[in-house]
Amino acid sequence: MKTIQSKYDVVVIGSGPAGLAAAIAAKKEGAEDVLVIDRDLEPGGILLQCIHNGFGLETFQQDLPGPSYAQRFIDEAVGLGVELLLDTMVLDITSQRKVTVSNRFMGIADIDARSIVLAMGCRERTRAQIRLPGFRPAGVFTAGTAQRWVNVEGYMPGSRFVILGSGDIGMIMARRLSLEGAKVERVLEIMPFLTGLTRNYVQCLNDYDIPLQLSHTVNRIIGKNRVEAIESVQVDERWNPIPGTSEIIPCDTLLLSVGLIPENELSKKAGVRIDPITGGPYVDDTFQTNVPGIFAAGNVVHVYDLVDWVTEAGLASGRSAARFATTVRNSEIRHIPLVAGENVRYVVPHELDKDNLANGEIRLQLRVKTPIEAPTRIEVSDGENLVTRKVEPYARPGEIITLTISPRAYDDVQRAGRLVVSAVKR
Amino acid sequence: MPQNYDVVIIGGGVVGCMTARFLSRTSLSILLIEKDADIGMGASSANSAIVHAGYDPVPGSLKAKTNVAANAIWDTVAGELSIPFDRRGDYVVAVGSEELPGLEKLLEQGRQNGVPGMHIISAEEMRHREPNINPAVSGALWAPTGGICDPFMATVAAAENAVQNGVTLLLETAFEGFILDGRKVAGVHTSRGDFGCRWVINAAGMYADAVMHKAGTHPEFKITPRRGEYMILDKAEITINNVLFPVPSEKGKGILVTASLHGNTLVGPNAQVLDDPEDTAVTREGLDDTWSGARKLIPGLSPRGVIAVFAGLRAMGNAPCKTPGVDYHHDFLIECDAEVQGLINLGGIESPGLTAAPAIALMVMDLMKEAGEKLEYKRSWNPIRPPRPRFHELNREAQDALIRQDPRYGRMICRCEEITEGEIVAEIHAPIPARTYDAIKRRTWLGTGRCLGSFDMPRVVEILSRELGVSPFEITKKGHNSAFLQRETKNLEA
Ligand SMILES: Cc1cc2nc3c(=O)[nH]c(=O)nc-3n(C[C@H](O)[C@H](O)[C@H](O)COP(=O)(O)OP(=O)(O)OC[C@H]3O[C@@H](n4cnc5c(N)ncnc54)[C@H](O)[C@@H]3O)c2cc1C
Ligand SMILES: Cc1cc2nc3c(=O)[nH]c(=O)nc-3n(C[C@H](O)[C@H](O)[C@H](O)COP(=O)(O)OP(=O)(O)OC[C@H]3O[C@@H](n4cnc5c(N)ncnc54)[C@H](O)[C@@H]3O)c2cc1C
Repeated sequence: MKTIQSKYDVVVIGSGPAGLAAAIAAKKEGAEDVLVIDRDLEPGGILLQCIHNGFGLETFQQDLPGPSYAQRFIDEAVGLGVELLLDTMVLDITSQRKVTVSNRFMGIADIDARSIVLAMGCRERTRAQIRLPGFRPAGVFTAGTAQRWVNVEGYMPGSRFVILGSGDIGMIMARRLSLEGAKVERVLEIMPFLTGLTRNYVQCLNDYDIPLQLSHTVNRIIGKNRVEAIESVQVDERWNPIPGTSEIIPCDTLLLSVGLIPENELSKKAGVRIDPITGGPYVDDTFQTNVPGIFAAGNVVHVYDLVDWVTEAGLASGRSAARFATTVRNSEIRHIPLVAGENVRYVVPHELDKDNLANGEIRLQLRVKTPIEAPTRIEVSDGENLVTRKVEPYARPGEIITLTISPRAYDDVQRAGRLVVSAVKR
Repeated sequence: MPQNYDVVIIGGGVVGCMTARFLSRTSLSILLIEKDADIGMGASSANSAIVHAGYDPVPGSLKAKTNVAANAIWDTVAGELSIPFDRRGDYVVAVGSEELPGLEKLLEQGRQNGVPGMHIISAEEMRHREPNINPAVSGALWAPTGGICDPFMATVAAAENAVQNGVTLLLETAFEGFILDGRKVAGVHTSRGDFGCRWVINAAGMYADAVMHKAGTHPEFKITPRRGEYMILDKAEITINNVLFPVPSEKGKGILVTASLHGNTLVGPNAQVLDDPEDTAVTREGLDDTWSGARKLIPGLSPRGVIAVFAGLRAMGNAPCKTPGVDYHHDFLIECDAEVQGLINLGGIESPGLTAAPAIALMVMDLMKEAGEKLEYKRSWNPIRPPRPRFHELNREAQDALIRQDPRYGRMICRCEEITEGEIVAEIHAPIPARTYDAIKRRTWLGTGRCLGSFDMPRVVEILSRELGVSPFEITKKGHNSAFLQRETKNLEA
């Protein structure tokens, strides 16, 4: 296992299309080190389970399956030297941009970031599942869970399906399941209109003779151990069941495709403000959240219909994150510590901004450790070469000693990584 | 040739498991049988989780007696078995002045039952202690000995300690009939063959009446299922830190609003009499009842916060209270059967059965002694069940140390509740192995957060299949007929 630095210019959380694009753009914009963290074993995010075509029409003018689309960005990121930390869960982030991770090989570890890009994507809504009356048998899955089983792991979770919700994932799964020899009995949609793309309705339902019923929902799940049937019902405009319209549809699986919500539990831990309407962070035109240095892009901000736009947002957020990190890095380089050297107890200030010397002298105050009742040299060096010095008639711990660094020392100070202050008998 | 035991306990609910645990102290050989794929899949995992103080049951009843006796030993039992338990006290809240006399009645009943420390507090004091309470509150009864627990863990912990101390547990083993020697118990027929025994302890919950009838005794005893429906609210919504009951009516204790040990708020149950002892389905009407009941106590609850619903079935019996002069017909039936020697009946164990279970277990031992069984205590008995680590409850140093010791604790499987692979594997290989998805869910609380398991489900199926050495198609949600997966895909192009 490669070793991980304790500090990065840009840390990206999530390796979906948003995160990969952000990492690539950050690197190109001049970020020195970029780390992408994902809890999955492979990079690519949700695209890995989207094996159907329909990705990249805008970005590459090509109709690619999800994994191929992702692979192009993975290759580019790796080529640019972006580091990937996989099989690793981000447990916490702070407004000081400390990222706490957990995995099998490092245990719990902290990583400091000069800037962070949130690219955690979204999760599927389960609200309908909660409200559904009836039993709690096996065979009620979100469409995404079924998609993972079928497309990634190669297992069929049922043979007769009813799908609740006309979202894109549900419709795409309807086609996939039909191709796999399963029977999709019905797609039910509580709204009086289709909630996914018309393209998907035509290609995934119409072409496979799968009936769609608008203004219909599941009234009850039947079957104590495994789903045996569902009872469907028509609803009025206020979603109330219309008496006399219920129908028992035998099936062994109910898939829920009732929408996605941005995944922002982590964002909230860092104090990122969330828009109650999108469910994602408030962002400015650079994709920065209300917390300085924390950026966000992709489905974590709002749910996109096209992956190309996710990529575009990812690229923009990565550029901004790199610029922020560079500013932080430069100020870190300008800030050097003032170290208490021989016989010095402490020095105030503790560090200085090297550029400030151009504006005038900098005054230091210090106390010695032990008294010297003789002329004493107070010296400032960069560790090897003298920067400035002054002589005091004596040095006593009870009396503060003041020393100034004049603008004449500007060039010496620019070269220094730190300044050591010492008090020695002449 | 059937295997012989001294005692066969029918039913792996909290009552059967606690009885097994207390009896495991003796030198008797004990077999505990449970028809389902895991213990505690009945009422013991679908209830309000309250360790009742004991002011509610009718004075003189076995319910009152076992409740109060058990309440006093819950700290010891929970400590020994590492059962999550918090004695935070409970309130009965009167809304409107017409409900105030109800509090006096309960206070008096509690005194008769021997409940310590109760008193009535003012409306103002109640508003102070629970700022979200209905502003029309008129007063409340405070019972400091009430508490909340994890009822399923109480069941598992008791069973695990019993197994540690030599009890044999057989899951997916249904009692089917008695082997009688005249009017004396000689053994049982089960779905896994016959077992000889001298004692049968009938702790079959909803089916305790059916077990009695198989022995040809208590033809008059009948259990009526009464369903209670619940909703669980997310941590983020209004947080209720108290246990709040309404003033009870003739329909029962009413719909409560309570903190759970997992930091959620639990509301419920309603009460509906059914015919079907398996009907744990939730209904639109039932949930509506529950919701309006809950809003009576906490009007500010928001339906948006609901993250789960479930239903439990109370096994309401019709046993008359045996104390002279007490006219009550839904008491616990706890007895050595008068007609069949060697049969101990534990029937009609509805609320406060979870609370009372340790006292019922001790009563069973007394009944056996009275019937002439010499109970010898084993010196090797270990009353302690060591807990297994819960990653999210540890501090960072302990988490880090755990991962270094076993890297699987570093892999998060349930992102909402932060449950690791290490914890799942530990439960699969525990003294009572968790062999289904629901068994793991109930032990770890995985999949109970906002995403309701849609993230962890494929991963848990994979871990179960690997650890149990069986194909993923054999992994079930809850045993018989509840597999997740059916076949491999044909790998056709989309
Ligand atoms: C089930 C599902 C199916 C979809 N199918 C389609 C489709 O067929 N066609 C289509 O155009 N769009 C589809 N979408 C929409 C699709 O999500 C977006 O187009 C796009 O993939 C979003 O990219 P993203 O990078 O924002 O998020 P994702 O691709 O979701 O990537 C987020 C990544 O963040 C990681 N992550 C999250 N939290 C943490 C953490 N705490 N620690 C470490 N890693 C973390 C996740 O593991 C994941 O890899 C689907 C979405 C879902 C949820
Ligand atoms: C809605 C509700 C709320 C409640 N709230 C509380 C509360 O807050 N506090 C409290 O103290 N109590 C409460 N209770 C009561 C408490 O839950 C029960 O009293 C307790 O769980 C009963 O335990 P048990 O072991 O008798 O029954 P169960 O848990 O039902 O166990 C009986 C077991 O026997 C098994 N079994 C049945 N027939 C056979 C057979 N033929 N062969 C093998 N095994 C068999 C079943 O599968 C089952 O596992 C509540 C109950 C309900 C329903």
